[in-house]
Amino acid sequence: MSQLEAGMVRSGMAAPQAQGKEGSPWTGLWAVVGKEMADHLTSIRMLILELLVVLTAAGTVYAALQTLRSTVGQDRFLFLRLFTTAREPLPAFVGFLGLLVPLIAIALAFDSVNGEFNRRTLSRVLAQPIYRDALLMGKFLASFFTLALVLTVIWLLIIGMGVIGLGLPPGGEEVGRMLWFLVATIFYGGIWLAVALLFSILFRQPATAALGSIAVWLFFTIFWGILAQLLARTLRPIRYGFVEEVLAQARLELALSRISPNTLYTEATIGLLSPSVRSFGIILPEQLQGILLGTPLPLTQSLLLIWPQLTGLIAATLLLFALGYVLFQRQEIRA
Amino acid sequence: MADLVIETQELTKRYGDFTAVDRLDLKVRSGEVFGLLGPNGSGKTTTILMLLGLTEPTAGRVQVLGFDPARQPLSVKSRVGYMPDSIGFYDELTARENLIYIAKLNGIPRKEAYRRIDQALERVGLGDVAERPVRTFSRGMRQRLGVADVLIKEPELIIMDEPTQGLDPAGAREFLELIQGLKEERISILLASHLLHQVQAVCDRVGLFRSGKMFVEGTVPELARQVLGGAYRIQVHVVRPDEAIQQALGRLPGVLRVTPRDGTGYEMETREDIRPQVAQAVVGAGGELLTLEIEQPSLDEIYARYFQQAEEEVEHVPA
Ligand SMILES: Nc1ncnc2c1ncn2[C@@H]1O[C@H](COP(=O)(O)OP(=O)(O)O)[C@@H](O)[C@H]1O
Ligand SMILES: [Mg+2]
Repeated sequence: MSQLEAGMVRSGMAAPQAQGKEGSPWTGLWAVVGKEMADHLTSIRMLILELLVVLTAAGTVYAALQTLRSTVGQDRFLFLRLFTTAREPLPAFVGFLGLLVPLIAIALAFDSVNGEFNRRTLSRVLAQPIYRDALLMGKFLASFFTLALVLTVIWLLIIGMGVIGLGLPPGGEEVGRMLWFLVATIFYGGIWLAVALLFSILFRQPATAALGSIAVWLFFTIFWGILAQLLARTLRPIRYGFVEEVLAQARLELALSRISPNTLYTEATIGLLSPSVRSFGIILPEQLQGILLGTPLPLTQSLLLIWPQLTGLIAATLLLFALGYVLFQRQEIRA
Repeated sequence: MADLVIETQELTKRYGDFTAVDRLDLKVRSGEVFGLLGPNGSGKTTTILMLLGLTEPTAGRVQVLGFDPARQPLSVKSRVGYMPDSIGFYDELTARENLIYIAKLNGIPRKEAYRRIDQALERVGLGDVAERPVRTFSRGMRQRLGVADVLIKEPELIIMDEPTQGLDPAGAREFLELIQGLKEERISILLASHLLHQVQAVCDRVGLFRSGKMFVEGTVPELARQVLGGAYRIQVHVVRPDEAIQQALGRLPGVLRVTPRDGTGYEMETREDIRPQVAQAVVGAGGELLTLEIEQPSLDEIYARYFQQAEEEVEHVPA
């Protein structure tokens, strides 16, 4: 026992943790989660968004069913098509999800910290025996669970519609793929939750935080693709028209585009819902040899394919949360 | 000596170059109501935040109920009730729901929590509106809900920041009665305010605060003696004031000053309540006494005088 520790035991202090503070940083976490979730689930804001998602799901899946009914019996992955089949003028449900999930996530989190500031409840809550860690984590988890709950309900609803509309249950492989798709969608939402939470720490005005989050989302949805292309052209110009040059440029563009969570999510979705997809990169003719195009991969192979995308989504969520966490720890809490 | 619930040594908080709290030595004894008084921006809130471990001191030591708030914030915060200035609640939740959340954060078992909540709401006179959303509450009701909120954890010490700000005189009086009640239960209270006249009545001791420093502390009469030089002020009204009466009054023991009052009498500053002697002196000097009133100086006066003196001293320092 070091001298320091001995001294503390003598003076009856609690053994210090890494930061030298007593007790668990998560004291009171579940009280926060419970309260925040109750808030989310009873809020009008969430009700509107839930209605929107349900209507979208019902509309697109109904439209998909019209198309799919004729192919019952010919397709092993009929249920996956429920999510991916588009019927003019509607896009497929996955297309809508790429739009709705960030919207829900941002709506859940853009006023989580600044809202407490503005209601002047923050100092009162932090005067209770909890750490800031528990408050921030509790808020994040509550939003995350709410998002997961909403998405799971929609997911079940779609499968239910499929069972009724197609007149047959999904196969084991299909259920597995759809489950992983649900997981990927929830973590895609996680990123936007973390973004909105970060902005709610940075900006005192909830409207600013909401706009900031939406701006980031728009940037990645609309501009990042163009920017990646431009950057790739500038950094890896094609001077002489060699194959190597073309390839290098295409590789760079792909790598850059993967900085966007939208790309990661889209690739994960494609990998999971289109079993025949074997690569997202540039496929060279020699790589194609011996591969029968169109034969579906087993789930484990598809999972391996999208593993980097999935872990990328999770890592980005954690990173953004950590950043918000550091900022929140340093923030002055007086109103 | 009574044990201390709050003790700070050389407590300092700097924001960049700006010193918000400057080497503060504050001692609050168990069971007393201590008033931390000073104008806006004098560092009261900053001091309180450091006492609760909500902001880190730049230097110095703090002990609250024997704990160090920077290292043992949970122990401090589970025993100390804090009412922030401009206290806020979740407007869409009822008064009871707001308190339930606080009870949960404190880890109080459900049954016990419900008992304490009922008791606290009754106590502050909000028993009938417990199920109403806080949105519908007036400023005074919110302030009382703040007290209930603090009582949930059955604190040994309560820290209130500007508790009477924004209340009308009746509301403020009611609120101070509530504080008086807490004091009778031997709960120690630290009260920060810039509204001196309102809190004067409930404070056992006060400390005058400015620019992050506590200049003087003590009971109100002590401060009056220290700052005004006399604790009592006696108004003497006579039929015909004349030189003889004024001289007779000036010769009494413990008299600091005798000032004529627009032809109706005198204002005296004294160390003791010497009204009988004053009456005798007037009669002895051949005067006719009309009334004799004594008033204790108010904190406002002490405060104004003190800082006036302090400023004059600063001005007289040779450049
Ligand atoms: N985060 C901060 N950064 C810089 N200065 C601050 C900060 N917080 C408070 N101050 C300054 O510290 C001083 C003391 O503030 P405060 O403790 O709130 O005073 P009081 O509560 O007595 O009105 C003020 O002049 C204020 O401007
Ligand atoms: Mg203040």
